[in-house]
Amino acid sequence: MRLELRINGSVRSLEVEPLKRLLDVLREDLILTGTKEGCGEGECGACAVLLDGQLVNSCLVAVCQAAGASVVTIEGLSSSALTPLQRSFVECGGAQCGICTPGMIVAGQCFLDSGAAATDEAVREAIAGNLCRCTGYTKIVESIQHAARETR
Amino acid sequence: MFDKPPTMKHADNSKSTVGHSPPRKDGPDKVTGRARYLDDLAFPGQLWGRTVRSQVPHGRIRSIEFDPRFDWSGIVRVTAADIPGDNIVQLIEDDQPMLAHDMVKHREEPIALLACADRERLEEALLHVDVKIDPLPPVLDLLLSTHVFKSYRIEAGDIKPAFADSSLRVVEGIYRVGHQEQMYIEPNAICAVPREDFGVTIYGSMQCPFYIHRGLQRLLKINDSQIAVIQVVTGGGFGGKEDYPTVLAGHAALLARKAGKPVKMIYKREEDVAATTKRHPAVLRYRTAVKPDGEFVACEIDVVMDGGAYVTLSPVVASRGVLHASGAYRWPHARIDCRVVQTHTPPNGAFRGFGVPQTLFGCEAHVEKIALELGLDPLLVRRKNALVVGDVMPTGQRLTESVSALPVLEAVAARSGYAAKREAAMEAARLPAGSARARKRRGIGLSLALHGAGFTGSGEAHLKSRAGLELTASGARVLSASTDIGQGTITVFSQLAAEALGVPLSMIEVAVNDTSRVPDSGPTVASRTTMVVGGTIARAAEAMARVLQGYVAQTHAVPAGEVCCVGGIFAARGRSLAPFESIARRYLDERGPLVCIEQYELPPGVQWDDAAYRGSAYPCYAWAATAVELEVDLDTYEIKLLDLVTASEFGKAIHPVLAEGQIEGGTVQALGYALLEEHIYVDGRLLNTRMQNYIIPTALDVPPMTTLILENPYSRGPHGAKGLGELPMDGPAPAVAAAVLSAIGKLIPDLPISPERVMKALHAA
Amino acid sequence: MIPVTSVKTLPEAYALLQARPPGLRVLAGGTDLMVAINARVGLDRIGHVLDIWNVRELRGIALQDNFLRIGALTTYTEIIHSTLVNTQLPALAAVSREVGAWAIQNRGTLGGNVCNASPAGDTLPLLLAADARFLLGGPRGERTVVAEEFFLAYRKTALGADELLLRVDFPLPDAARLAYRKVGTRRAQSISKTLIAVRATPGLREVRIAAGCVAPIPLRCRRAEQAAMSGGDVRAALQLDISPINDIRSTIEYRRLVSANVLLQLLKNMGTPYSLPGRP
Ligand SMILES: Cc1cc2nc3c(=O)[nH]c(=O)nc-3n(C[C@H](O)[C@H](O)[C@H](O)COP(=O)(O)OP(=O)(O)OC[C@H]3O[C@@H](n4cnc5c(N)ncnc54)[C@H](O)[C@@H]3O)c2cc1C
Ligand code: FES
Ligand code: FES
Repeated sequence: MRLELRINGSVRSLEVEPLKRLLDVLREDLILTGTKEGCGEGECGACAVLLDGQLVNSCLVAVCQAAGASVVTIEGLSSSALTPLQRSFVECGGAQCGICTPGMIVAGQCFLDSGAAATDEAVREAIAGNLCRCTGYTKIVESIQHAARETR
Repeated sequence: MFDKPPTMKHADNSKSTVGHSPPRKDGPDKVTGRARYLDDLAFPGQLWGRTVRSQVPHGRIRSIEFDPRFDWSGIVRVTAADIPGDNIVQLIEDDQPMLAHDMVKHREEPIALLACADRERLEEALLHVDVKIDPLPPVLDLLLSTHVFKSYRIEAGDIKPAFADSSLRVVEGIYRVGHQEQMYIEPNAICAVPREDFGVTIYGSMQCPFYIHRGLQRLLKINDSQIAVIQVVTGGGFGGKEDYPTVLAGHAALLARKAGKPVKMIYKREEDVAATTKRHPAVLRYRTAVKPDGEFVACEIDVVMDGGAYVTLSPVVASRGVLHASGAYRWPHARIDCRVVQTHTPPNGAFRGFGVPQTLFGCEAHVEKIALELGLDPLLVRRKNALVVGDVMPTGQRLTESVSALPVLEAVAARSGYAAKREAAMEAARLPAGSARARKRRGIGLSLALHGAGFTGSGEAHLKSRAGLELTASGARVLSASTDIGQGTITVFSQLAAEALGVPLSMIEVAVNDTSRVPDSGPTVASRTTMVVGGTIARAAEAMARVLQGYVAQTHAVPAGEVCCVGGIFAARGRSLAPFESIARRYLDERGPLVCIEQYELPPGVQWDDAAYRGSAYPCYAWAATAVELEVDLDTYEIKLLDLVTASEFGKAIHPVLAEGQIEGGTVQALGYALLEEHIYVDGRLLNTRMQNYIIPTALDVPPMTTLILENPYSRGPHGAKGLGELPMDGPAPAVAAAVLSAIGKLIPDLPISPERVMKALHAA
Repeated sequence: MIPVTSVKTLPEAYALLQARPPGLRVLAGGTDLMVAINARVGLDRIGHVLDIWNVRELRGIALQDNFLRIGALTTYTEIIHSTLVNTQLPALAAVSREVGAWAIQNRGTLGGNVCNASPAGDTLPLLLAADARFLLGGPRGERTVVAEEFFLAYRKTALGADELLLRVDFPLPDAARLAYRKVGTRRAQSISKTLIAVRATPGLREVRIAAGCVAPIPLRCRRAEQAAMSGGDVRAALQLDISPINDIRSTIEYRRLVSANVLLQLLKNMGTPYSLPGRP
């Protein structure tokens, strides 16, 4: 089917299979490889993107359901300079192997945008759908809290 | 001596030198999605590869048939008959075939390979390969196996009189641990690209490029110049990408050679979990003789580990395991046996800790049991027996420096409020039955761990690993085969080189990890990277600094001994002479390339006798203590972690933020091992192969953590550094067991300490 | 390639349902169906997909005629943030917060949980205990089925092949006295080992009990209810209601004992006002 997506601010028209995973459309059709696959079943959050501003796992979204919607991927969060959240991840040790990092940052940005107070518990709940096997989460939580302090 | 380094939370980034925490070099790429992992790379004309597996745990292959009614055009097929060289996965023994052709010894054993450009057709094709196998009875229980891959015995003193001495108390226990899956978030991934010289270039997610380099030479019968192995950004390894990538690279290379096209193989999660290596399960028996006041006199330890179907790394896993089985304690008399046996399950292999999380769980849980039976506080028992400088280990090694068992123990006991919390837990347990008890019970427990740095025994001496750096027009480039799999190797090596050369961090780059271009620094395992390879790089950088100082002395007519480089500027007698880059360019123009490579030398006095199994198994040890506070729900038997404190001493933290990251990450993997992670096999088949049913901790499962770093420099490590990577994996599981004991009065001897096991313990007659 | 029809209105959906293309499957948030499709489970049985995600009429939460009415496509996130749910049916908001994690809550729908009809569907015991009614609709018209009559056998429901679930209605004010406890494998992204839901009047004069993960279907536990109301042995009665199995997540013994423990605690606390549990 033919459909339009607003990807990171620009409208793209695509010819795709309607049940193709949004994840594959991003990675294969649009060569936006920042979004990762860790499980393909909604468990790990490595494929997280924003769909009309909401955090979703792109491996569970059939692309036909994103037709006409706006999608923001890790590539769309920053242009030339790093965002405060990305800077915090670099400085506070929030990224180790980095494979979970794009999804974590998308989830973390979603949390910051919600305006909720960045308590330890609230931040952990916001990233509970993003598995990280390297960091033990402490430095990821700190990175998000640090960015929250910097941006508010 | 044990002062804590300054808090590095949001460190001053201008400070890039050793002991500070500059932003990691690969950070910006990783936080923007620009870092390219294997699946992100495009290879023109590339096919996808898949594996046909046994599905039978043990048997003899009768036939492999490719359905003649299926359209095989455009599909490349490979079986053992296509292998030009030796059909083996090269490691310690040559017992594992790259593709089975005769016997199958586990259910996931690879038998044939397929490649196709179209993934849908490839999946379809897999269903049309018919492998007929005559099944044989499998051995699936490690205690029933009679096939011993390797066994070890360590003996010290004479245990017999101690066990006969009626003034001593004999305490016995059996402890069991199961498989643990590394569960890196990026599965194993390799792409093989065929070359015109009939060789192959391998790109992939891996820890040990030279393992693949050597393995493929034998498999494909090609020479050293026909192969290059290039590590790309790797999404976690934890040991799981130590030896297995050799299998995957072998498979991809066989397909690529036959197809004449690049072949990418990326395991699906289920396949990765089912087929690749895991932590060895083990059964550990402890029998100890102790004085009534808690002083240890003798131990008799027997460890059996399950190696799976093939030898792979089992001998070295078992060796490290047995060497740590008596823990961080003095035992005047000891007899420690360990054997690793075959079962018809996928081979087990390396996983952070490498045998030690198993044996230290046994040892530390047993210390709890000793304290329980003697009616003593386990902290006092540990304090009484902890190793100090001058003590002799069961292998005969005398500890001469950098021993911190007591300091880490005391730091953790103090910070966690151990004494008061333990008293409160005992108070709650004394409430009479029937009184209105709370539905939750709190407890606190701790553990003490040590971890030998570098390869075991004569390993480092055999390896002769090399690393160094080359001068570039803008600074210097580190040359090493050590991989950065997230732990920060690139940044730490750059810091060490920058420090020795006297230049800012930005002037150091790290060469692409390509076996055709970098020296063999040995594998990235065994907590050896900073101490062994980092130390070698630091020495190479010092050598380069001396050459350049001599050169500057000549060109600027100053005495060589007075030239130094600070902040990237050469100076003598307080006078600036020239920036490092301009000297580098002039040197390269006038004299040509400058490459300084050093080889690691074992420190003098570190001797090991493999035959007698005596001597210094490791040049030095890192030390850690962990305290865990938790709450057990008496309705659901769930355990909620409330607080966790660790203190670690690993010589020197070159980069404190990265070091904390290693400690926190390893600790959480260990908490998963302690509480959640369990594999369920039925008839040799693994049932939980998905992230949905192999449960690792989420951010909500992790308690607040306090990470204390003590420093006690090791005279032979770079700036005093020892190894850190594996240490945090060792202590948390027994600390959890101790805390559960403190909460409910039962010692649960098996991992994981699941709610189901807590229930059983509480309701056992 | 599986054809997909994406619809925006119920009449469009009914038109396709009337045509009955073979192997028709409804797609809502996809958090169950896409997992199966990605894993190629039952792929050969899917011939056509009806994507209802954009049918506005199936969304929304309203208070009407003493019922709290929740559209089938309402997501967990919408439930968690709904003032109506938080005041009238706080237990449903609480259990929604325990489903998956944010990304799943943003896509997963109440209707999907119901129609997927897994014995481990977390909202289902609450719907049974709350005496919820399901409004089903299709080209042949609409009908109401009470929750208890909806779940027939393992993943078999009363939903016709040409029907959609349109809405779930909760009778008020009794729903406010609903309480539950989920026991899962970990603290997020966790499938339950057992889940018990109870609705009771003060003094336990009227009690409804339901359980998840302890039978082939989400189960109303009538013997346990009787025992609770008559002051009998609730523990023993519950054991007669449930028939748990051993699986990857847990054991028969654990499910039996813990279900009973949890039920007793819930009944004990029933007199006291229900408060939203924080994250467990
Ligand atoms: C990582 C992860 C974690 C999860 N955690 C939990 C959890 O903690 N607890 C829990 O209960 N569930 C959990 N789930 C399962 C899932 O999120 C829920 O069952 C969800 O409510 C399904 O809704 P959906 O809209 O996504 O359904 P879909 O996947 O779109 O559909 C599910 C089924 O229902 C049918 N269907 C959907 N809507 C209708 C309708 N209106 N009319 C007729 N048929 C319909 C579909 O045909 C399909 O068969 C989890 C899933 C994932 C991937
Ligand atoms: S890949 Fe989508 S959640 Fe894991
Ligand atoms: S940084 Fe490696 S998985 Fe999170």
